[in-house]
Amino acid sequence: MDVLEKLTVLTDAAKYDAACTSSGGNRRAKQGYIGNTSTSLAGCCHTFSADGRCVTLLKVLMTNRCVYDCKYCVNRRSNETRRAAFTPEELADLTVNFYRRNYIEGLFLSSGVLRSPDYTTELMIRALRLLRETYRFNGYIHAKAIPGTAPELVEQLGFLADRLSVNIELPSETGLKVLAPDKTKRAILTPMRQIQIRNHQSREELVKYRHAPKFAPAGQSTQLIVGATADNDLRILRLTQGLYDRYHLKRVFYSAYVPTVEHALLPAKDVKPPLLREHRLYQADWLLRFYGFRAEELLDEEQPDFDPRVDPKCSWAIGHLSFFPVEVNTADYESLLRVPGVGVTSARRILAARRTGPLHIENLQKLGVVMKRAQYFLTASGKTANGLRFTPDSLLRSLIAAERPLLPQPPMEQLSLFHSAV
Amino acid sequence: MTEMVYCYDGSFEGFLCCVFDSYANREVLTAICCDEDFIPALFASRSIPTDRDHAGRVYRRVVKCSPWAAELLRKGFLTCLPERELHLYHFIQKLLQDGPGFMGNLADPTLYPVIKAVRHLEGEAHLLKGFVRFSDLGGVLGGEIEPKNRVLPMLRGHFCARYLNEKFFLYDRTHHEALFYAAGKAVIRPLADFQMAPPDETEAAYRILWKRFYDTIAIKERYNPRCRMTNMPKRYWNTMTEFQGDSYFKAQSSPAAVSAPGAQAGIPAPGTLPAPGPSAPGSAP
Repeated sequence: MDVLEKLTVLTDAAKYDAACTSSGGNRRAKQGYIGNTSTSLAGCCHTFSADGRCVTLLKVLMTNRCVYDCKYCVNRRSNETRRAAFTPEELADLTVNFYRRNYIEGLFLSSGVLRSPDYTTELMIRALRLLRETYRFNGYIHAKAIPGTAPELVEQLGFLADRLSVNIELPSETGLKVLAPDKTKRAILTPMRQIQIRNHQSREELVKYRHAPKFAPAGQSTQLIVGATADNDLRILRLTQGLYDRYHLKRVFYSAYVPTVEHALLPAKDVKPPLLREHRLYQADWLLRFYGFRAEELLDEEQPDFDPRVDPKCSWAIGHLSFFPVEVNTADYESLLRVPGVGVTSARRILAARRTGPLHIENLQKLGVVMKRAQYFLTASGKTANGLRFTPDSLLRSLIAAERPLLPQPPMEQLSLFHSAV
Repeated sequence: MTEMVYCYDGSFEGFLCCVFDSYANREVLTAICCDEDFIPALFASRSIPTDRDHAGRVYRRVVKCSPWAAELLRKGFLTCLPERELHLYHFIQKLLQDGPGFMGNLADPTLYPVIKAVRHLEGEAHLLKGFVRFSDLGGVLGGEIEPKNRVLPMLRGHFCARYLNEKFFLYDRTHHEALFYAAGKAVIRPLADFQMAPPDETEAAYRILWKRFYDTIAIKERYNPRCRMTNMPKRYWNTMTEFQGDSYFKAQSSPAAVSAPGAQAGIPAPGTLPAPGPSAPGSAP
């Protein structure tokens, strides 16, 4: 099998992983090495695939052979599919040559479990070591830590990669038991804790010794599959919040489940992936990380799922009308962030701009505030937007109407002249 | 105060001299235009010679007032804002009149267009950091872009750090200039016309590999062309490997060397073989 075919098979097997970011890395250019990631703090997208997802890294598997039999996975042992494996040389050559042509920002290396987690991780380490030491590659590397790997190997992996991730995949232990019988919650959380502790130590060492080696300097992330099990949004969001609080994860990714196999325990094959639900979860994820929201504020047992028609922040605002309107000239940063249509950037701009003089409602759009949402929730110098009238009832309707053009439209239907409506 | 049209040589220093002379001559500018674009009209006009000393005085005055304003001024000059010179001239005028406090009011009608144009420039430069595609032309990396703004100065630092030990050039089709880099030195030079050399066997092979990767990574069930277009507008697709036609992926047996006129001495012209030297990292295991 030549490299082109291997690339096809191993990309196809890796594409369901959602993570593809190069953020958080800080590798300055070094004499004699190729690459840097320091200039782009927010990461750098190199292209967008036909599904609209950002492609930053060369996302491939080391091999798609796997000893596990997780029901939801395309690479499970019992699936009849073509199998391939990269040699470390092929992978390193491909990465460096793609990188030189500015196709990619680095490598995302994951793998099926070949023989055992330890054996697979050793293979990955060999490829990464070749890339870093022989090819002198200074770009971004995101590596998967496979649950059940020996701590010594995870340690080695962490010194070669910028970011590590351990995928949780299924949001509850019952789901794990049924759909991924070879994995346990403990096996997943152990390397996660190890990465967190080691990363923290490495940061402390760096303060003391300038040239101390960095362990996974861009932190760790994980992924949850949405829609394969019956878990509700509240449960997923609580889990996410716990991971941010207790494991200091940089990101939690959500992957809408794409049915690839027919199985009694999984959604049927003709079920569409829950893309809108995934989108709402990402919006809520941002609210947790940057806006100071807690999972319990956004959802509760009475309403455990997000309203698909409006975003979580609008949803929260409609439920807490007593908090509004917020006066932009006096409100503090935290209150400004709670206004739908005001983001981190525009809130900072409001703080900066109001130092020179009072703000007026017409100015806000120029500061980056999305007025079609924000107008219902704020006042500037005591005034609201001109001619704005609404009741709590019409508010929800107008917000839904404002959001509708952004959502996927139902397919057009040709009406028949001769068919009477039933 | 008389009204006047000023002409300058198109450089940033030249523009700053226009500002200097408008104060020195006590004249109000109604238009500032490049020598090449100047069309004689009924309005009184004056051609301004570039004087580095005068330019430096204006620039230092702006820096003293507000370093951020100086940054906006430098970047603003690279943008594609219509009548950008006049906008920047009014911006300097108002800044000197009102002092640093002027920079606080982000919604100010003089300041806002400049900020908006600079944001556009920065956004485009950020996207192009990812969307630029290089080809290996016998050891020299070459790429082309078609930006709206003059982004090359904004991209220089990023790509020079990334390909520290390589030689590369990046051609801007819109503004007919190119960034050349070799052995730690980077220059931006005007380049009237440029044609990329066809790929050799290896280059074509990597183009095919990339195209295949790009086509495979998309999930069919999630197909969403609108989302892709929002994130990556179609005007960038023209220079990206994954959207080229079949002929782009076919190797030409004899790499026809196309030399670029205007390339600096000491920097090999694109398409020609570089002098043998220490191999770049990554080229040999």
